Amino acid sequence: MSLAILYDATLCIGCKQCEQACADRHKLPYDDAIAAEEVQSDHKLTVVQGRDDRFMRRLCMHCVEPTCASVCPVAALRKTPEGPVVYDEDRCMGCRYCMVACPFSVPRYEWTKLLPRVRKCDFCAGTTLAGGVQACAEICPTGATKSGERAALIAEARSRLAENPAQYVPHVYGLEEVGGTSVLMLSGVPFESFGYRTDMVKEPIPMLTYRVLSRIPDFVPLGGILLGGIWWITHRRDEVAAEEHAAPSGEGR
Amino acid sequence: MIAAAYATVVRFTRGLGASTHLSDRFPWGLWVGFDVLCGVMLAAGGFTLTAAVHIFNIERFKPIIRPTVLTAFLGYMLVVVALMFDLGRPWRVWHPLVMWNPHSVMFEVGWCVTLYTTVLALEFSPVVLERFHLTQALKVVRAISVPLVIAGVILSTLHQSSLGSLYLIVPEKLHAYWYSPLLPVFFFLSAIGIGLAMTIIESCLSARHFGKKLELPLMRELGRILTVVLLLYGMLKFLDLYHRGALDLVLHIGYETDLFLLELGLGLALPIALLLVPRVRDTEGGLYLASVFTVLGFIVNRLNVSITGMEASAGVSYVPKWTEVAVTAGIVAAGFAIFGLAVRYLPIFPRGVEELAARPAPRVRLVHVRD
Ligand code: SF4
Ligand code: SF4
Ligand code: SF4
Repeated sequence: MSLAILYDATLCIGCKQCEQACADRHKLPYDDAIAAEEVQSDHKLTVVQGRDDRFMRRLCMHCVEPTCASVCPVAALRKTPEGPVVYDEDRCMGCRYCMVACPFSVPRYEWTKLLPRVRKCDFCAGTTLAGGVQACAEICPTGATKSGERAALIAEARSRLAENPAQYVPHVYGLEEVGGTSVLMLSGVPFESFGYRTDMVKEPIPMLTYRVLSRIPDFVPLGGILLGGIWWITHRRDEVAAEEHAAPSGEGR
Repeated sequence: MIAAAYATVVRFTRGLGASTHLSDRFPWGLWVGFDVLCGVMLAAGGFTLTAAVHIFNIERFKPIIRPTVLTAFLGYMLVVVALMFDLGRPWRVWHPLVMWNPHSVMFEVGWCVTLYTTVLALEFSPVVLERFHLTQALKVVRAISVPLVIAGVILSTLHQSSLGSLYLIVPEKLHAYWYSPLLPVFFFLSAIGIGLAMTIIESCLSARHFGKKLELPLMRELGRILTVVLLLYGMLKFLDLYHRGALDLVLHIGYETDLFLLELGLGLALPIALLLVPRVRDTEGGLYLASVFTVLGFIVNRLNVSITGMEASAGVSYVPKWTEVAVTAGIVAAGFAIFGLAVRYLPIFPRGVEELAARPAPRVRLVHVRD
């Protein structure tokens, strides 16, 4: 079982009820001024952006192989087997590498606080891990944000594309991007027009560093033997020379 | 100093937001780009030289090993201080030691830097132990000196290159001039180059400052190795750009191109040109100048990787706030001050050190640098 969200921008009416529900569930402030903000922030974990009468949501994509979790030196970010990528503020030391590394630039920081936390959508882990539904999906009046099982939602997205090819750009966003995400999206306008990149690598980004890191366990003993060997050889020469001279000089310990 | 103190107060009473120009779009700035990346790079002389002397047995470099190890040790201590400013929750700096994520480059860097700082402290400890005649402890440190050096070289290789690997994770974000699968190799090679250049610079400066004669033949030799390293780096850099098809980018006008060319000019073209002319290479001034250019060039490189190259994808331009600059300047100044003090009160510089080091029981005589 793997939780996911399917967001269909063609069904979205920009009512921003998902924003409100998300704020409520996470005890974050929400008013007209905040509703008008069009960026994710430490007090706004998801946003609905509007261009003319088109809308697009932004939230953490809950990557199948999340870069944020892979780079976090203390494993404060973690992919749960059920799908949500969750954050444990008691581990976090605030290096902000997750923010630098996330391919979707999702994690936000509490810059104004003395005890800052990383903030991002957590797929309502408190509820969903207990079998519930994400607040934003629960409240959505048009079904634009729909909660479900990833494989089932992929099938559904594909059939929507097949049934109404004229209505959509032919792409299920999140199916392959950076190795797949638990947020899947459909849109009637190119995703790029809302700043989503469609030229992303298809393989999980953590592999890029893991390939290098996984060599270390070999490198350490090999390096040790190599260096030790060089030391032995270079100093052996001295010993031999000293013996030949048969007169131990003051040098050498 | 006053500005730095005030900036420190701002940082720890009002948080990162008030003391930096960092933002959600640009989470790493000067403190990571200069204090950490450059700090670690500039301290690379430690492992370069200990390897040369203790492992490759190039005894000629022995006289300059102590100041170099001291610089490295100081450098790492100051990097840790800088981290305290940059981390959102600095008192948790030890967390990676107990909360593991071996998939994280940062985790590996954290471990290596911690271990290597310990190694450096031990490598430097004979100087202090000699000063206070702690013979027993001295024997212990001497006994483990070879494994210590080997561990130091391995740890340095790992984390110098890993600072490059940190940026392997941002293929979508880092500008094509700097994003390369070879980042770890570039960082490692340039660390060696910088290690050599810094050793030359320090030797020249301290020779002048303490009115001693410079070990010119030694410096020439370092200069020659530096030339080879720089040529190798330049070659790799060219091949890398060529094979990634990024070479034509140089024709694009923009600040990335300007800064990229600045980096190459200062760090490679100028020093290589200087070092290849025998008349220049063999003089103190020539070597010194070439080393300074090298260091400046690679400082620009680290800043380019961490700041210039990340701006376009972040969609913002980042200019450090005065508080960030003040803290950085304060840390650099502290480094110089502590180095000066150490040189004054500990047996660091060549004169007499040789005799001391040669004897098993160093109770014999204590050499003050300033007699
Ligand atoms: S979108 Fe970013 S923050 Fe969310 S899971 Fe993926 S890497 Fe992590
Ligand atoms: S800021 Fe916190 S959550 Fe993010 S990578 Fe660093 S320690 Fe992990
Ligand atoms: S899943 Fe939950 S945390 Fe994420 S945007 Fe929806 S309501 Fe907010």
